[in-house]
Amino acid sequence: MSAPTLRPSRPRWLDVVGSAGVVALGFTVWLGLWITPPDVVQGNLARLLYIHPPIATVALYWVGAVAAGGSLLYLWPRTRSLFWDRLAASAVEVGAVFAALTLVTGSLWGRPAWGTWWTWDARLTSTALLLLLEIGYLALRRVPADPAVRARRCAVAALLIAVDIPLVHFSVDWWNTLHQGGTFIDPGFQIHASASMSWTFLLGFVAFSLIFVWLLGVRYQVEVLQDAVGDQELEVSLAERWDEDAERLGRDLVAPAPTPGGGAP
Amino acid sequence: MWHDAVLVAGKDLRIEARSRVALWQVVPFAVLVLVLLAFAIGPDQAALRRAAPGIFWVALLFSTVLAIQRSVAVESGEGTRDGLRLSGIDPAGIFLGKAAAVGLQLLALQLVLWAGVTFLFDVRVHVVWLAVTASLLATVGLACAGVLYGALSAGLRVRDTLLPLLVLPVLAPVLLAGSKVWEAALDGSVSSGTQWLKILVPFAVIYLVVGIVLYGPLQEAA
Repeated sequence: MSAPTLRPSRPRWLDVVGSAGVVALGFTVWLGLWITPPDVVQGNLARLLYIHPPIATVALYWVGAVAAGGSLLYLWPRTRSLFWDRLAASAVEVGAVFAALTLVTGSLWGRPAWGTWWTWDARLTSTALLLLLEIGYLALRRVPADPAVRARRCAVAALLIAVDIPLVHFSVDWWNTLHQGGTFIDPGFQIHASASMSWTFLLGFVAFSLIFVWLLGVRYQVEVLQDAVGDQELEVSLAERWDEDAERLGRDLVAPAPTPGGGAP
Repeated sequence: MWHDAVLVAGKDLRIEARSRVALWQVVPFAVLVLVLLAFAIGPDQAALRRAAPGIFWVALLFSTVLAIQRSVAVESGEGTRDGLRLSGIDPAGIFLGKAAAVGLQLLALQLVLWAGVTFLFDVRVHVVWLAVTASLLATVGLACAGVLYGALSAGLRVRDTLLPLLVLPVLAPVLLAGSKVWEAALDGSVSSGTQWLKILVPFAVIYLVVGIVLYGPLQEAA
């Protein structure tokens, strides 16, 4: 018996979001590398800041919001649906990539700025911990289990990861170490940068946010297909078992019934 | 809820008192970690004194993982978890009871570790109340987070390998803050120690509240 082909049905808006994200990222790179002036203090090093804070924002806040929101909505009996579970799981997986990128881009910036690839600064350490928590979540996700049981376990795990987000956010203030606080926008929402730098910075946030939504959507589709493949494999195995049983039954019916006495003359 | 918590804590502590797994396995393991980390640092007494707070908390964290695994294991017999779930006991009560049992074991363990670092590394805690406060707060956090993650991994065949991966990153802030408070307690600098208690307080409160709220849904998933 051959398995029917699974056809992914990707919504059109997802392709539009993905294309817009790639175009916005292209513009960010162009503006960041060629159009904006070097920073007064940091020189060309400041150009990395057009991508590092947006990536970190996605890794910490967007992922945290989707993963925690999806998990809460799954645990809430009235809104319980595998849609929320898959969305949260997709967010955590994409979030792990963005957390790793945050560490890599931060490290690339830290080497010339701080003179070291890595420092045991509060925010760096917390981001590394967040990545490890997400890896733990993904390991838990891969443990074979009934979808409802897995969803509930993972929803709780995702909420526990979300608990880490405020620790990350406030860690700069609590520990007050090497990592700088906000310098681009002060607490009075006054921007301290030229117009081209401000727009590039803003565009970076838009670009990575769009790319996050696109990756989230694509990963969600993969999650749906993975579950469908699991269901289909089960159906195929059952069908093969039925066929084997039917064949054996048919053979037993066709074969002559053994005569009492073992066929002695 | 509180009555249920006392019942569950009593049950777990009675099992431990009778089986003596914590006494004969977890406590010697904690002392072993002290000795092994001292081997790794070397015989330099000054270096060992500097590292003593960190060694104390690393030994405590590793032992916490064992204590949690033990706490999960006592419910792993056939139908035991179902029995507990069907007994009508409030899930929050089960959570608090199990956390209290683990917490009391961890407190006893810390007394042994305290004696261990004092004896092996020749250190003296100058601000006792600071070290005791850190230990009490950390115990609440470790026990609550530990029991929560123990429930998350309960019933899984890969529980033993998955639990440390899940729980150790969560417990890392306790290691960081606990070590710093102990450093301050050894040096006698109260102000820097109290600063680090600000990490231990929210950690304990968050996992206590989250555990009370989420233990029920987790129990259904196990």
